[in-house]
Amino acid sequence: MDELQYGLTGATLGVVFLQILRISVPYVLTSVGAVFSERGGVVNLALEGLMLAGAFGAAAGQHVSGSVLGGMAGALLLGLLVALLFAFITVTLKADQIVAGIAVNILVMGATRFGLVLLYGSSINSPRIPGLRAASLFLDPLFLAALVSVAAGYWILYHTPYGLRLRATGEDAATADSAGINVQGMRYSGVLVSGLLGALGGAFLVFQQHTFTDNMTAGRGYIALAAMIIGRWNPLGAALASLFFAAAESLEIWTQGGWIPSQLLQIIPYVVTLLVLAGFMGHSAAPREAGVPFYKNRRSE
Amino acid sequence: MNHPLQRALVPTLSILLAILLNAAIISATGTDPLMVAERIVRSTLGSPYGTGQVLFKATTLLFSALAVAIPFHLRLFNIGAEGQLQVGAIAAAISAASLPPSLTPWAAIPLAVLAAMTAGAGWASIAAILKIRFRVNEVISTIMLNFIAQGVSGYLLFNHFALPSTAHSAPIAENARIASFSELYGWFPSSPANPSLYAAIALSLGFWALLYRTRHGFEMRASGLQPLAAKRAGINPARHTLLAMAMGGASAGLGAANLVLGYKGYYEAGMTAGAGFSGIATALLAAAHPLWIMGSALFMGLLDYGGLAVNSLVPKEIFQVMTAVTILLVISATALNRRNS
Repeated sequence: MDELQYGLTGATLGVVFLQILRISVPYVLTSVGAVFSERGGVVNLALEGLMLAGAFGAAAGQHVSGSVLGGMAGALLLGLLVALLFAFITVTLKADQIVAGIAVNILVMGATRFGLVLLYGSSINSPRIPGLRAASLFLDPLFLAALVSVAAGYWILYHTPYGLRLRATGEDAATADSAGINVQGMRYSGVLVSGLLGALGGAFLVFQQHTFTDNMTAGRGYIALAAMIIGRWNPLGAALASLFFAAAESLEIWTQGGWIPSQLLQIIPYVVTLLVLAGFMGHSAAPREAGVPFYKNRRSE
Repeated sequence: MNHPLQRALVPTLSILLAILLNAAIISATGTDPLMVAERIVRSTLGSPYGTGQVLFKATTLLFSALAVAIPFHLRLFNIGAEGQLQVGAIAAAISAASLPPSLTPWAAIPLAVLAAMTAGAGWASIAAILKIRFRVNEVISTIMLNFIAQGVSGYLLFNHFALPSTAHSAPIAENARIASFSELYGWFPSSPANPSLYAAIALSLGFWALLYRTRHGFEMRASGLQPLAAKRAGINPARHTLLAMAMGGASAGLGAANLVLGYKGYYEAGMTAGAGFSGIATALLAAAHPLWIMGSALFMGLLDYGGLAVNSLVPKEIFQVMTAVTILLVISATALNRRNS
């Protein structure tokens, strides 16, 4: 009896652990991407739109081509397109980054709905797609991509000249510029990396659910943003915070109908984010010039 | 760019450009854009009922847009109108359902409205206090507070106030209902447009007067434009931050009252339906100007309701795309102007 119980608990723990990892994949990918955007100095509220565009691209890509690779290509292509638009508006035209991010989210939400009706005649979901069919989560290329994004992201940011330049751009663009760094190029690169990784996050959702549903990211982009902030604009921190958010979500699923109302569990991550921001859990500061446009040959305002 | 007509140029051109782009997309899908436009106008302004629907939608939008616009003049970006609407709606529904039925509507309605305003203002003040005391960026905190509001109102609804096996609260007392124009005067028959519209217009005008005709408004604009100079001149930014956010939240509460007391008659899960987020778009479209915002709310209300009527011709989501494109054009043009000036 004891043994049986122990076995059951062990198995359950394994299931929970896998579930947390699975839930965390889109958060990890998107929040690591966000680190690149913000370290370069572009506040990225467009994460939700980037994920949603990637999700739509994955569904449409796999539906059209019939292959997983087609789905991946579709996701990356749409993510890149939306990121380019966002970068053009914020970096080249220097429009307000926060407003631009929100407008891009509205744009993508509308455009994907429009595309859904136009392509598939449904305002709810796309036709079923086979997805990735990985034998286990650990063999899922997108899970592996998430792992790699954390390690590679950390290494690139802190151990390569590119990472140093990117961080310098976000901290003090004028100084970076006078040191010969191409500020605009750096900022574009950060936003584009964010677009690619966010799109992969969206693709993961679609491959898991085997269909694109309207607004399927359901605020996950904002959670990824919170994970990046709690993770202190660091890929490792962002990944850990993503795991924390995923654990809270998993707890919510497992206690459904239990003694703690699930709605109250649901708010834990957001409350924690506020507490972290308020400095109750150590200080967390944004790159100094995140959100500040850079005008070459002119003193910043 | 100082003449008012010149300042109106950028948003007007942006809207026109977005409409043209929209028309191009619609014709690319094989539908005649003129027919779509005609049907939108006919289904909205073409009938008293349609006009009433537009006015009702515009009322909520105007309130939630003001929730964004008022703090915007202090360079505070209130993304939290959605959450403030949500707590306002549940406060309105619960208070209006628990009022004694003998109370006169002249007392019952203001009490329920006050509850909604207080809830909205209180919720927005959390972000203000986090900003003042702990220097937490209001963009992030209001986003988080939106999610928290969703959880808290869901908890309150399903664990305390929902009627058994439904997703809505008990109906409000009859005396707390805001009668529609249709019931009162027979205007806009059977549409939910109601006198809350007057309150929304009055609030816009009042906000204009506050901003441009009072010392308080001058201080607000000064702290928004030159925070450091304003501080040196003895203006207390913390006080202004708190007041502006609270006023914004109270306005969102009024929008919630319009939905609960003027239409639904109870609180229902998901009843705010993103009106807070549409309020952001409405405010941005009008560059947060207290008078233009009325036009912007009307325009958005028109698209919102007119979109339903043309949905069989062309997916109504095209108008969401159009709104987003307009905002992107407005902010891009504004940024380009700033650079060339």
